[in-house]
Amino acid sequence: MAGNETKNASTVSLKNLVRNQCFIPIAALLLLAVFNLIADPNFFKITLGTNSAGNPVLSGFLITILDNGSELAILAIGMTLVTAASGGQDISVGAAIAIAGSVILRVLCGGNARPETLQAPIIVAFLVACVVAMLFGAFNGVLVAYFKIQPMIATLILYTAGRSIAAWINNNELPVISEPSFGYFGGFIPGVPIPTPFFIAVACMIVIGLVLKFTNLRLYTQAVGINQSSSKLNGLNPELIKVLAFVILGLCVAVVGLIKVSRISSINYSVIAKDIEMDAILAVALGGNALSGGKFSMVSSIIGAYVIQCLTTTLYKFGVPATALPAYKAVVVILLVIVSAPTVREYASNFMKKMKLKKEVA
Amino acid sequence: MEDNIVLKMRNIHKIFPGVRALQGVDFTLRKGEIHALMGENGAGKSTLIKVLTGVYGKEEGDIFLDGTEGAVAIHSPQDAQNMGISTVYQEITLCPNLTVAENMFIGRTKGVGQNWKKMNADTDRILQSLEVPAKAAQQLGTCSLAVQQMIAIARAVDMECKVLILDEPTSSLDEQEVEKLFKLMRDLRAKGVGIIFVTHFLEQVYEVCDRITVMRDGKLVGEYEIENLPRVQLVSKMLGKEVDDLSDIKGETKAYQAEKDAVPVLEAEGLVSNAGIKPFDFHINKGEVNGFTGLLGSGRSECVRAIFGADRVIGGKVKMKGKEVKITKPLDAMKNGIAYLPEDRKVDGIVGDLSVRDNIILAQQVLKGFFKPFSKAEANKVADEYIKLLNIKTASKDTPIKSLSGGNQQKVIVARWLFTHPEYLILDEPTRGIDVGTKVDIQKLVLKLASEGMSVTFISSELDEMLRTCSRLIVMRDRKVVGELTGDDLNQATVMNTIAGGDK
Repeated sequence: MAGNETKNASTVSLKNLVRNQCFIPIAALLLLAVFNLIADPNFFKITLGTNSAGNPVLSGFLITILDNGSELAILAIGMTLVTAASGGQDISVGAAIAIAGSVILRVLCGGNARPETLQAPIIVAFLVACVVAMLFGAFNGVLVAYFKIQPMIATLILYTAGRSIAAWINNNELPVISEPSFGYFGGFIPGVPIPTPFFIAVACMIVIGLVLKFTNLRLYTQAVGINQSSSKLNGLNPELIKVLAFVILGLCVAVVGLIKVSRISSINYSVIAKDIEMDAILAVALGGNALSGGKFSMVSSIIGAYVIQCLTTTLYKFGVPATALPAYKAVVVILLVIVSAPTVREYASNFMKKMKLKKEVA
Repeated sequence: MEDNIVLKMRNIHKIFPGVRALQGVDFTLRKGEIHALMGENGAGKSTLIKVLTGVYGKEEGDIFLDGTEGAVAIHSPQDAQNMGISTVYQEITLCPNLTVAENMFIGRTKGVGQNWKKMNADTDRILQSLEVPAKAAQQLGTCSLAVQQMIAIARAVDMECKVLILDEPTSSLDEQEVEKLFKLMRDLRAKGVGIIFVTHFLEQVYEVCDRITVMRDGKLVGEYEIENLPRVQLVSKMLGKEVDDLSDIKGETKAYQAEKDAVPVLEAEGLVSNAGIKPFDFHINKGEVNGFTGLLGSGRSECVRAIFGADRVIGGKVKMKGKEVKITKPLDAMKNGIAYLPEDRKVDGIVGDLSVRDNIILAQQVLKGFFKPFSKAEANKVADEYIKLLNIKTASKDTPIKSLSGGNQQKVIVARWLFTHPEYLILDEPTRGIDVGTKVDIQKLVLKLASEGMSVTFISSELDEMLRTCSRLIVMRDRKVVGELTGDDLNQATVMNTIAGGDK
């Protein structure tokens, strides 16, 4: 009897574990880890070296994941909120990052493509970029919330126009910043061997964690995403909340824009943050969040972001050329979408029930 | 089959999980008649129509059609159409961005080729013969709603239909448009088409119909010649109450006496929203329970929605305790101490995926503000309190509300609004589709709240409930207020007479 009870308890906790939203991304992460462990344990090797500036830096595949995945994690925060509130996704984040980055460079250079010194403090440039990115976010949000345009279609406008706007901000020039401290945000702070983007991402996570704890952002976005008409009758303003979600995503975009331009102390309008929107959306989906909106788990999305980066890095490591990468990722997406499709889930649960029934009969 | 009968449905049974939607319903349609199918919510009219058009299968029963030997099997809407049964729905199901002719022939052409010239000519001929004021080459979207309806009917007629089903065709039309539609219906009747007319406008039934079939609770009440069924009788049959039923003694009636010179809690003057109701006056006193009554679609809900600011208010004045207030959105109403439990629990009430706890605190949380969330402990305490108070049956307060039964979902929504401590509570069909026990619970609760000084407006399709709980009834017909009953007038006969109105 006692044995039976413990067995029941363990199956229940196992069930809870499987039901937990974090289960899918963590399982995917473990799967990738095991694969790498078997294929080539070098994947996990981290070495301490010095970079060209003579600072101690850690390097290795895991550090790459931590570094690049952080950008994605920051975007995933905003994308999760947009998805939850509007039931759609913003595909213009890559283009918006180009704009934000371009604004930062423009303010820092003050119109001169090769300034000797910075024309403005970095913090000022960043704040200006925040305002601009949030305005573009609000633009998307207004299209979605007030004009009731499908999010993907609404953001298609900025997706198409964003990179030319970015180029236009700097008169189509490619400014280069020579000030070394500007490179800290996308690289390393002297004396700290861990890449700065990771710290920035952690800061963002703490901020969003506090916001979710001390405001009603979660309740409001979820309510609007699940049942707009009911939310309205409970005194919420669904339109405003959708716009708010897009504005928060704009803020995330500005942060990533800073990291991106800091990495190369310059900008390439057509390449910067290319296709990053797809990875961000994928992170949200991999986190087990319904892309049709409603309930969300921020933690799952953030883990999802690092899993995506882990997948990308793994593929790179095994020599998949950059051009073929999307095709491989597509396979993962297909699997994911199929597994999470309602029809498949229904089929699976029916199948499980049948098996259970058979067992009982036997 | 007798000569003049086009459609005979016999002993139709349809069961949905847990509900016997149709129980041995018979329906007979003759050639060249307009036959009204009447019944309140849940009577089974739409289920019957859907069985006839092949949308649903039936558990039992036979359908006979003129010109076919034996019972016919209708498995899909296509089958129904091929057998000459056409349906025109309330919402236009044509494509507004195609031309009239394209809409007439969409889905009916064979092969890839298309003789456009012939198609347009055919369309014009049909439209002319039915005197529909539209041109074949015109885009459908440029026609008025009534003309679009008529084109939908013309399309059905052109498919050589013997049975034409019009499901609430007039609800989005104005009076003149309705007239045009009726003329078309009469023309078709003259041509020998059998028309089933589903509507909830009493006036319209008496204007065009020849026969009425009344249904209630999935059962056939009867088929009547229109001359033999006065309106009061029709209303009483739909509601299932005998007019001269003296048994409705009101029990311990709450003889509500307003204090002299008391300022009403809420007073509305000429209030009108964009939902299509006529302007109405309304007031409610402290501790009073009143109600809006009328048939489905008479505008009961639209009135209370206007009070709560749920629809766009386009005119009228509202005073709370003598002070004029502006209520343009639900939040304004909530801030003024008004709470509104909406009619459609699934669509407007519950937030399905959220927990019972979140559903309870939602409205009060919104009132409290974005930057002042309830702590988890507070929320849990509130949830526990109301789960106990209203005896809500739920696995836990973390259970998503959608997995609760209808009655318990409704109790959660009631809890949500009680938690806002309103002065004025509007309950729109709080007892629809829930079990008897919960119904009684809710009625008791209403009376208890009123005795504690809350003002309550109570709306229900069940007259009994209204008579039991309300001390004043506002009667509505065809989207306007037609009477107000208090005291001794609060009995079924008077209420039904007022609902039916006009000539008896």
